[in-house]
Amino acid sequence: MKAYLTRAYLFSASHRLHSDEFSAEKNAEVYGKCNNPHGHGHNYRVEVTVGGQVDATLGMVCDLAELDTFVNNEIIERYSLENLNTLPEFKEVVPTTENLSIEIFNRLRSGFKPAEVTKIRIEETAMNSFEYSAGAELR
Amino acid sequence: MVYLTRKAEFSAAHYYHNPQWSAEENQRVFGKCANLNGHGHNYTLEVTVKGEPDAKSGFVIDLKDLKAIMNREVLDVMDHRMLNKEVPEFVTQIPTTENLAISIWKRLEGKLKIARLHRVRVYETPDLFVDFYGEK
Repeated sequence: MKAYLTRAYLFSASHRLHSDEFSAEKNAEVYGKCNNPHGHGHNYRVEVTVGGQVDATLGMVCDLAELDTFVNNEIIERYSLENLNTLPEFKEVVPTTENLSIEIFNRLRSGFKPAEVTKIRIEETAMNSFEYSAGAELR
Repeated sequence: MVYLTRKAEFSAAHYYHNPQWSAEENQRVFGKCANLNGHGHNYTLEVTVKGEPDAKSGFVIDLKDLKAIMNREVLDVMDHRMLNKEVPEFVTQIPTTENLAISIWKRLEGKLKIARLHRVRVYETPDLFVDFYGEK
């Protein structure tokens, strides 16, 4: 039987939304307050969903401790209390939460072996959230 | 494909009444919700849109634009209103949370210039919500 398990993680980071392909006026128009040159921050809440067969012996999709260790090492350590714009993956890519969702999904999907990472959901604020599942329809 | 969800809150009054039924039948089906003096809820609306992030801006949709559309099409119409009397579709339709989700979908559909509407979720109370995906 296949089941899905979701675990939430928190980190805080700063970012600035700015595209080198836009003029200063266009950046201000598109990104508004988010274009502030000094950046601003969020408390991000990341939900990682993994799916797989429930192991008959353990009764688990995967060992939560293994998932925690992997996510903490690969994601939380990398992004917590950092300025996202300074990281290599956001040198050319604007660190919108859309792009952050895709980045985190790809890092976890390719690296975490005990179960398949099927979805990433990020709450940027209590009112905004973003989900990415590499094309799978969400329900 | 990335899915983006924006929340909003509004408060409104409603009651459930089917004019084709007797008072007793309305009472039997709708219980306390049939009280014609109405009652109210703090509704939470979640609108989910889907699309590819724009290569230049990194946005699926500008959140300011989505907020403005939700305000104009839904909140300005429904917030602090008596749904049965002040929102046109509910003069003839019972404003259940199911119908509210469908109505909000119809109000938003076609208003987005970029990204596609994926889901409308309406919470009537924190432990009760309805999802509508635009399915016939």
